[in-house]
Amino acid sequence: MVRIVGFLAGCLFVIVLLFAAFQSRDASAPLPHGIEPMKTDWAFTSGLGVLGKYDNRQLQRGFQVYKEVCSACHSMKRVAIRDLQEIGFSAAEVKAIAKGYDVPSINPDTGEVATRKGLPSDYFPGPYANEVAARAANNNALPPDMSLLAKAREGGPNYIWSLVGHGYDEKARPKGVETPEGLYFNKYYANLNIAMPPPIAAEGQVEYADGTKATVDQMARDVSAFLMWTAEPKLVDRRETGVAAVLFLTVLTGLLWFTYKKVWKDVKKPPADPGLVPAE
Amino acid sequence: MSFSWAAPYEPTSAPMRWLDQRLPIPRLVWGSVGGGYPVPKNLNYAWNFGALAGVALTIQIVTGIILARHYAAYSPEAFQSVEHIMRDVRGGWMFRYMHANGASFFFIVVYLHIFRGLYYGSYKPPRELVWMMGVVVLLLMMATAFMGYVLPWGQMSFWGATVITNLFSAVPLVGEELHTWLLGGFSPDNPTLNRFFSLHYLLPFVTLGVVVLKIWALHIPGSSNPLGVDVKGPQDTLPFHPYFTAKDAFSLGLYLLLFSIVVFFAPNMFGEVDNYIQANPLATPAHIVPEWYLLPFYAILKSFTVDFLFIPAKLWGVLAMFGSIVLLFFLPWLDKSPVHSNKFRPLNRAFFWILLVDIFVLGVCGGHAEEPYIRIGQFASAWYFLHFLVIVPIVSSIETPEPMPRSIGEAIFKGREAIASIAGAGRGPALATPGLANPGLAPAE
Repeated sequence: MVRIVGFLAGCLFVIVLLFAAFQSRDASAPLPHGIEPMKTDWAFTSGLGVLGKYDNRQLQRGFQVYKEVCSACHSMKRVAIRDLQEIGFSAAEVKAIAKGYDVPSINPDTGEVATRKGLPSDYFPGPYANEVAARAANNNALPPDMSLLAKAREGGPNYIWSLVGHGYDEKARPKGVETPEGLYFNKYYANLNIAMPPPIAAEGQVEYADGTKATVDQMARDVSAFLMWTAEPKLVDRRETGVAAVLFLTVLTGLLWFTYKKVWKDVKKPPADPGLVPAE
Repeated sequence: MSFSWAAPYEPTSAPMRWLDQRLPIPRLVWGSVGGGYPVPKNLNYAWNFGALAGVALTIQIVTGIILARHYAAYSPEAFQSVEHIMRDVRGGWMFRYMHANGASFFFIVVYLHIFRGLYYGSYKPPRELVWMMGVVVLLLMMATAFMGYVLPWGQMSFWGATVITNLFSAVPLVGEELHTWLLGGFSPDNPTLNRFFSLHYLLPFVTLGVVVLKIWALHIPGSSNPLGVDVKGPQDTLPFHPYFTAKDAFSLGLYLLLFSIVVFFAPNMFGEVDNYIQANPLATPAHIVPEWYLLPFYAILKSFTVDFLFIPAKLWGVLAMFGSIVLLFFLPWLDKSPVHSNKFRPLNRAFFWILLVDIFVLGVCGGHAEEPYIRIGQFASAWYFLHFLVIVPIVSSIETPEPMPRSIGEAIFKGREAIASIAGAGRGPALATPGLANPGLAPAE
């Protein structure tokens, strides 16, 4: 009974599927699409991505690019100012950086809306009061929050570096691709037309405190590395824990192998007494 | 409680005797995973995945309880609370990555466990209920994993929930009402998130309960084995402890090693980048895909693209997707061959490997929404149903199995004999001589 019902149900599904499979379908031409981002070596991808750490000096330069360029339009609301201590800023420096921000507050006497100087425990305040304000100021496009950007895009820091540093390349424009008013051609962007104007336009746009030459590529690299850190601040902790865990488990598994072999030592031998085996 | 075939338990210490007389837990442990449980001695490594699945479930429950302490099941806060776990909770990143990748690893070992069962006919009498409860566990796991994926309230969480819950609206007549009732609204929102969290916390314990029943049912006939030959006597078995505890411990070490490599060095390997963007009901991602372990079934769902016999394509897809798992319940009756192991079923064995390729193809097709993957997925889906509902019953009727050993001991002995005779005459004769070299070892029967 089960087999008859099953047979009929199976045949029915197969007929419907084959009927669907042999329907003709429109051959739709693939839409123009951004190219694969370039790949480069990062401090945190060295050592096969097992031992690589963040380069704090690079992250600090990246923070400077974020602060002087990106933060004009992009928020970074999931990162706290205190977190900067993790990339090598001293407590005093963090305090000074925090003071440079005005954060929303209320007047403690009147309860009226006010602002106060930032504290290290504050999260980075965004450039706009809300999404409507952000869209109104950006031709109806919403600049994405940057906290997790490097994990929220295929290609991560490679993609951000390629797009920001090398994507606005008119020479790479495929035939027939037009850029509407208010958008910008970028060869790495999914549909080739991005709402963000070239953020890093000229060499020396940022004057690095550590004297590094601020080429367009350098600034794009630094800010991409910084965004990898904001997205995955525990990366170094994670890898250090991982190395310890893998070493421990390798030794443990080796010992367990020998235990297993010792316990089974006498079993794998042929039966000592052939009489145990039923005679043919 | 004790099992009829379990070796008699003799407490060796006074505290154990005291406890055993009042609450026979020592007896239960001894008889189920201790020295009292006789296990076929010829099990290969494919038999280790059951124990590993148990460990995977435990890891999910423990890490899940820890995460739940810091997670906020409230739609405006859920995404940020996950980030709070990742950034501010001590070791939070580790527990979250263990939990997220633990789900993938759980499915890996469970799928391998299922393929083991399919290859060696573990679903056949007298273990039908063990198999069926396994299918229940698979369904519970899928529901739990799906709801867990919704909890971070990222883009893929939200849109995955939208697509999958929408399936219920395909039910005739009451579909829309059912959909609204299940979601607690017209689209996924805070009520949906709340009930998903509640069920995501509940179902693992239901799973645990079914697993206990499953192990209980398994212990009535005892474990199957690669030959599919019944245990004939004590010479065919070894006590679970220390032999199989030692073997399982070694495979557990390997499992944890692989698990650690992914958790600590590639924790986002199985994930979708879109889920690091907070849910936005107004922006649909370009590709909505479930987690990898659901892709074959998602491919079956998507393969039904045309209305047929007055039944809309969507309803066909839903029926087929659920049907593709439900049919596994009937496998013990679809495959009537008395031979358990595919080792002795050359034709069925060939179809088993084709099925494995087919499921892999379905997985690949499930991840794509464009041609030619849709058409390939349609053929692969058709083959899936053809395999279980047409090929398996027919093959089990017409196939002539190869000669089988009469007992596990005989097969082991024959195997050694063959190896010895190939290796040379040196050891061969000693093995083959049926003389009683050591009569003292023969079991008194």
